[in-house]
Amino acid sequence: MLSVHLILFLAFGAVAVAGAVNLLAQTHPINSALSLIAVMAALAGEYLLLGAEFVAAVQVIVYAGAIMVLFVFTIMLLNAGVEERTEGSRVAVLFGIPGMLLGSLLIAWVVLRHSGTEAVAAGALPGSPKTIGRLLFHEFLLPFEITSILILIAIMGAVVLASKPPASSTDAPARRVN
Amino acid sequence: MVPLSYYLVLSGFLFACGVTGFLIKRNIITIFMSIELMLNGVNLSFVAFAAHWHAVKGELAGLVPLSGQVFVFFVMVVAAAEAAVGLAIIIAVYRTRETLNVDQVNLLKL
Repeated sequence: MLSVHLILFLAFGAVAVAGAVNLLAQTHPINSALSLIAVMAALAGEYLLLGAEFVAAVQVIVYAGAIMVLFVFTIMLLNAGVEERTEGSRVAVLFGIPGMLLGSLLIAWVVLRHSGTEAVAAGALPGSPKTIGRLLFHEFLLPFEITSILILIAIMGAVVLASKPPASSTDAPARRVN
Repeated sequence: MVPLSYYLVLSGFLFACGVTGFLIKRNIITIFMSIELMLNGVNLSFVAFAAHWHAVKGELAGLVPLSGQVFVFFVMVVAAAEAAVGLAIIIAVYRTRETLNVDQVNLLKL
């Protein structure tokens, strides 16, 4: 018996798994970025199934919107092409793929073996913006304020790192590695 | 009714894919996207555990309800800060070395 909830979970999960595998299979960064956007959109659907409506909206707006736009912008800015394979990366594939399968099987086995009989019910979670906002500004006020400092430092760091170095420091010209 | 374990298996698979991409990819931007994939996998288990706690409310006294969903926001903030700083570092690296292949970026100082 497949309930509607389970069918939706399987559909969104299939999209997420396909996107994640496609991210590994593609060699051009822009294709990987589009796969990652598909994964994030599918995860937003999973969050809705879990009742976390505000998290789902923020996932689409912030993650699939803002952060991935930053990635795509950087890819286009740097004109990134198809990645080159080297001897080291072939060895990594040789050990990485069986390692991923083993790790996934181990996690699946542990989780399925030791899971209880409790289930996540559809719509059981009132994750509305009101509830989340009350939590953020009451119980988690101090971490919330600390993250604002983190954001401020990240902004300054990004501006300093991405800005061009001053032209006056020509006494030590930068060497180029081919 | 979907068991919690299904969500955890999906979350674990996404995390494993992220780790694999981090190890086998050679483009520094794709490696960065693999880290984002790992963070997304962790977010899914946060939300699933928050929903699970809501379903079995009363057994775990002393926890703030729905705090798992608030942690997702903190993870998103960290991911956004990391993306901003990391992509700025990538631009700085590309400016000096003119490559995005991590096999050729093996020296801290040129």
